[in-house]
Amino acid sequence: MRYSGLKVITEGLFGNKGWRPAWRDPAPKAEYDAIIIGGGGHGLSTAYYLAKNHGMTNIAVLEKGYLGSGNIGRNTTIVRANYFLPGNSEFYSHSLKLWEGLEGELNYNVMHSQRGLINLFHSDGQRDAFVRRGNSMINQGDDAILLDREGVREHLPYLDFDNTRFPIYGGLLHPRGGTARHDAVAWGYARGADKRGVDLIQNCEVTGIDVENGRVIGVQTTRGAIRAKKVGIVVAGRSSQVAAMAGMRLPIESHILQAFVTEGLKPVINHVVSFGMGHFYISQSDKGGLVFGGDLDFYASYAARGNLPMVEHVMEAGMTLMPMIGRAKVLRSWGGIMDMSPDGSPIIDKTHIDGLFIDCGWNYGGFKAVPASGWCMAHLMATGESHAVARRFKLNRFATGHILDEEGTGSQHNLH
Amino acid sequence: MRLNCPHCGPRDRREFYYYGSADYLNRPAADAALQAWDDYLHNRDNPAGVTQDLWYHEQGCTAWLKVKRNTVTHEILSVEPVAGGAA
Repeated sequence: MRYSGLKVITEGLFGNKGWRPAWRDPAPKAEYDAIIIGGGGHGLSTAYYLAKNHGMTNIAVLEKGYLGSGNIGRNTTIVRANYFLPGNSEFYSHSLKLWEGLEGELNYNVMHSQRGLINLFHSDGQRDAFVRRGNSMINQGDDAILLDREGVREHLPYLDFDNTRFPIYGGLLHPRGGTARHDAVAWGYARGADKRGVDLIQNCEVTGIDVENGRVIGVQTTRGAIRAKKVGIVVAGRSSQVAAMAGMRLPIESHILQAFVTEGLKPVINHVVSFGMGHFYISQSDKGGLVFGGDLDFYASYAARGNLPMVEHVMEAGMTLMPMIGRAKVLRSWGGIMDMSPDGSPIIDKTHIDGLFIDCGWNYGGFKAVPASGWCMAHLMATGESHAVARRFKLNRFATGHILDEEGTGSQHNLH
Repeated sequence: MRLNCPHCGPRDRREFYYYGSADYLNRPAADAALQAWDDYLHNRDNPAGVTQDLWYHEQGCTAWLKVKRNTVTHEILSVEPVAGGAA
């Protein structure tokens, strides 16, 4: 079924009786050409591009819960391509281009809104760093505009510009940055993959990975054994547990990251605003809720809920930057499980086991990467070679020293 | 979350700095194989359950502590000083 405005109107006129489930609910087959473990954003987009770009349609996505029940179902929805380092820059640039065509591609309204993203700076040194970053973005073919203090004021008149500790010197505007509807991205990819014949198998937890003579031959699941010569692990915060099934120990530590949503308000924040010095960023959802977050709680955790000190810190940072939000009531908060890598950059690579691939290490920035991660993971699984824009996302780069340390803080687990 | 510092008693999480896995206590010899150093610095069991890690009582007695805790429930199982101030 193709979705359209006309379809919405005609269904509305006739009692909405014509809608059908967006995907099938198939039982697992005994064997597939490829299996993707994990039915989140990255896993579903991997399946979609395996089918679409590489003609691999005899494949399955195995999800232990329901589709999109992990970080794609709870995040702060920011889409941007403002990276600095070669290796990251071209990847996120590719991802943003895929985002820009995603709704037409998937025939699904992912509510991609390029409302502009502004990173604030508060010192001369920080301005210099942002000039370099902006030039790097422009060299990559993306957009960046340096705003001085008055330029920021035109966009964001409600900020406290004269804060004693962090007076606002200006900002780097990334006009093509913005937000998208997180669930819709998962659902759109799921529907597109299903339409091309991919089996999306829910409530199917992988309990073992079968390896024979150094080659993967399939997986054990709560719904029986399934054979496949290619298996991709795309499970974000749970990467260490799944990789351990194949005897691997990953350069990943899972951390907690909290985020918050207020009650719905009239439109008040029209951009994505990032206040790096306070570890605070905010946007307003289309429903009106202010969506904001801060930094990690900074200890390894799978609790999916954080501690109060970070809640307090985020609220303080928000009040410091934009005192007007103080009267908004926070409706809910949550903690996501982040697969943190030592250098803060992701991994899309082969493993030491033939046919076993891994896509992980998305840290706290996996949402914007969903299209390109799937695109590149599909390329890797289909061809056995890294895609050109993901060629530096190597699993062994910490041993070889080819790290991708975007923040320039070092390559150690507690630094990003 | 509170850690029960063996020197100071139960203290708020804010007083402590999390350094990382207790793997850091097993420093390889200087001439150890590259793999041993990679494992020491980067590769982790990262368990969903009981783990041991190193915390620094930065705003208290400044002791390095080995903490056994559950990463799923936030439960703290034991806190002991790191012998000899390693790490």
